[in-house]
Amino acid sequence: MRFDSLLDSVGHTPLVGLPALSPSPDVRLWAKLEDRNPTGSVKDRAALAMITKAEKDGLLHPGSTLLEPTSGNTGIALAMVAKQRGYKLVCVMPENTSPERAQLLRMWGAEIIYSPAAGGSNEAVRVAKEISRQHPEWVMLYQYGNEANALAHYETTGPELLADLPTITHFVAGLGTTGTLMGAGRYLREAKPDVQIVAAEPRYGELVYGLRNLDEGFVPELYDESVLTGRYSVGPRDAVRRTRELLDKEGIFAGISTGAILHAAISIAAKAEKEGQAADIAFIVCDGGWKYLSTGAYEGTLEEAEAALEGQLWA
Amino acid sequence: MAVEVRIPTILRTYTGGEKVVSAQGSSLQEVVSDLDASYPGIAERLMDESGLRRFVNVYLNDEDVRFLDGLSTAVADGDSVTILPAVAGG
Repeated sequence: MRFDSLLDSVGHTPLVGLPALSPSPDVRLWAKLEDRNPTGSVKDRAALAMITKAEKDGLLHPGSTLLEPTSGNTGIALAMVAKQRGYKLVCVMPENTSPERAQLLRMWGAEIIYSPAAGGSNEAVRVAKEISRQHPEWVMLYQYGNEANALAHYETTGPELLADLPTITHFVAGLGTTGTLMGAGRYLREAKPDVQIVAAEPRYGELVYGLRNLDEGFVPELYDESVLTGRYSVGPRDAVRRTRELLDKEGIFAGISTGAILHAAISIAAKAEKEGQAADIAFIVCDGGWKYLSTGAYEGTLEEAEAALEGQLWA
Repeated sequence: MAVEVRIPTILRTYTGGEKVVSAQGSSLQEVVSDLDASYPGIAERLMDESGLRRFVNVYLNDEDVRFLDGLSTAVADGDSVTILPAVAGG
């Protein structure tokens, strides 16, 4: 497939069947390989869309500086697009993220400001908002509330899924900014009113939930509960187990958040099989495992991997 | 019916530091009432007049109860209830 530039090649990812993990020919699992994007994650779609929208709105000029709270993938994607388009990027990232993410960010020319580990991404959001007040000339695209994030999935991920799998019954994705689920979910619902849109959210160690009070909790502005039909919380043990199973049985080397999503997808598949319902369940492979090799998720026993992930933002 | 309830760090001041406590009830509402009887004040942190507070997520065996029957969700002996504050991803 030929494209005029790297940015033109964002999206158009393969959807591959999982014959070994699917319970039967009537209940099938399909993986959308978002790791095939230019920086290796689903976030390239949102990053490109948010920057393009900001350009159209006249917010960006040559040499402009972007500011973004991110646990990694969005930052990396923004860094790549920003570099192509001539902008600088400052990322606010929790300090309990894997070192590969920081290396990649710097490689694409981004500057990193670390936020405290306790409180996870909530803290990164809070710190970024504070910096934004000190630097009103910087442009914060703000993935959690930027409609272009969800719209990217409404216009690309959703249509790609429906074109490749017209018989889709379930769509399962991770819940972070909620952009993927909101955008692709709305598109699929319009085309197929009965489609099930299911969220899998990572359940981290206690450090990440170390808020000072409950009012510091965070729900992304993009989140609309009515788009979803179900929402599961998946802990590191199940996420790692499924990440390894995906590699072992289907040859797909994915990041740990994909394991969490697969865990929810497999539960749905098992339920459909038990009830004798046919199902075509598509889920998102958010990224490859490369950035998480240092976390310890791919070696040793599940207990060791779980212990190694304690306190880390693994998704 | 006894269920196990996982308490987030932020609410352990109510449970004397206990991470996991036991509560009785046949619905989530009853479980919360029973929790409040053992740990007075905790229910008010979880709910307001309109139901679960915006930044509180409650999961029954890993499924968000907002997508089940909310506070009316039936619970069975041996079920696990997890309470977590809402946090960002991405």
